[in-house]
Order: sequence, then C-alpha cells, then structure tokens
Amino acid sequence: MEVTVAWYLTLGAVLFTLGAVGLLVRRNPLVMFMCVELMLNAVNLTFVSLGDDLGDLGGQVSVFFVLVVAAAEVVVGLGIIVAIMRRRAGATADDLSVLRG
Amino acid sequence: MEAAVFIVSAVIVLSGAFGVLLARNPVHAALFLVQSVFGVAVLFLLLDATFLAAVQVIVYAGAIVILFLFVIMLLGVDRVENLDVEPIAGQRPLAVVIGAGILGTTLSALLVAVGGPTGAPAANSPLGDAGDNTRRLGEALFTDHVFAVELTALLLTVAVVGAVVLVRRLAGPLQPLPVVAAASEPEDEPEDTEEAPDEEAGV
Repeated sequence: MEVTVAWYLTLGAVLFTLGAVGLLVRRNPLVMFMCVELMLNAVNLTFVSLGDDLGDLGGQVSVFFVLVVAAAEVVVGLGIIVAIMRRRAGATADDLSVLRG
Repeated sequence: MEAAVFIVSAVIVLSGAFGVLLARNPVHAALFLVQSVFGVAVLFLLLDATFLAAVQVIVYAGAIVILFLFVIMLLGVDRVENLDVEPIAGQRPLAVVIGAGILGTTLSALLVAVGGPTGAPAANSPLGDAGDNTRRLGEALFTDHVFAVELTALLLTVAVVGAVVLVRRLAGPLQPLPVVAAASEPEDEPEDTEEAPDEEAGV
C-alpha cells in the first residue's frame, strides 16, 4: 500500500482540528497553550509532506522557522502565565475577563 | 512497510492529541503532548526530513514540554481540573461544530477541491536525497534565508529578555486579580494567604 501525500494532509488536518477544539474547550491556560503546540505540529507536518511531494526544500525551511517562533512564543506565553498565576493561584482563562476596559 | 509505520505513528499522534484534550491533570496533558510530538518526529523521518526529526525531539520534547512542566511545578497548578462543569452554556457543542467546520474546510480545500495538491516542481531549492538533507537545509538557510536567520536570532533575544522582565518580582506587594463572581469554583481559591510570602521576598 502506497503512502501518498493525501494521508499526511488528512492526518495534519485532523491534528489541527483536535488542537483547535482543545483550545476552545479547555479552561486551564497551560493546557490551552499545549493545544496551540498541537496545531503548530499539524502545520509543520503539512509543510514537510507537501515539500516532500513537490520535491522542494522550502517546506523544511519553513518548519525550521516555525519551530524557532514556537519556542519564542512559549517562553513569552509562559512568562505571562506565571505573572498572572502569581497574582491569583488557579486562575483560568475566564478570570482574565477582568482585563476588559 | 511504510504504510504500517505511518499508521502506527498516526495512531500515536492522534491518541496523544486526544490525551491532551481530555487529561484532567495538566502534567498528564504535557506527557501526552510528548507522545504526540514523538509521533510527528517519526513521520518526519518517514518523509526523509532527518534534521527536522531530530530538532523536533530536541526542541519540543526536550525544551518546550520541560518548560511547561517547570511552570506547572513552579506554580503548583497540577491540581485535577473538573471537566464536568461547562463554564459557558453550549460551549462544547459549539466547539465541536466549529471543529467539524475546520476539518471539513481544510480537508476539502486540501484534497477534494483541487484533486490533491498541485504545484510546479522546485526550481531553485530541490530536495535532494535523504542522506543529504542536513547539508542542503543548512546551505538553504545560510544562503537564501540568511536574513531571516538573523531575524530569528533577534527574536529569540527579545523573547528571553521579555520573559525575564515579565516574571521579575517588583518591589512592593502584588496586586491580586479581582475575583470574578461567576464560573469559578470557590474551594480551590485560597485568596489572601498565598500572597504573604511573596511580598516579603520582593527585592
């Protein structure tokens, strides 16, 4: 049985959907962040499989930059979460409605 | 053989994703994330992206998830979350509907509408064979994309400085967040007791 690019694209779409649903459903900001990582992983998988299908290195170059940006994003995001949680232990995403003006 | 490897890693990836979604304990969610990330790394190997497979394991499993676990332990938020309460009425059915919409649109855009992906074969950065992957990727990064590499270096520096500034303890007492009346379980909110040691530690 031949593994075509459509298999990878389908898996990437399902993984992205799971991450998006998790982001909408969960309340713990840390778990929401993990769901964002799942979505980034799905996009990375799509990049690499399409690059493999078209014989282009550009897909892998894009994934490299996505990884770097994901690392920076996690560092800043976790810094914000630590700053919030220090003020209020066990804060959920709903509690941040106090930020509205 | 290739199909078997794909199916096994796809099951690992998807069960890990479901684990992140459904785990009540954030530590378990982080470990399920590691499982999912490892499955994606195996798929990268299957696609001959050897360098990215290694980087995926090092950066995600080695750095990002460890950072998550550090924060969970530092804040002591590894308490079990009650998933039975639905904070906003109708949130979960709506999330499932939106998820189905995302899945349908992406799948039809990727597969049905164009009958599979189309595009011209690469002209200036061909993929090459698998054993050559790391060298080719390095050449592409440091010739065609060297300005972007410099920018990511700047981005990482800004992120590190920003993280240090964000978590720095300021002098004086911390202002606690005001309590929102609705949608918070009262039993797991020790309001004032926890802040006292922090104020003494402020430099």
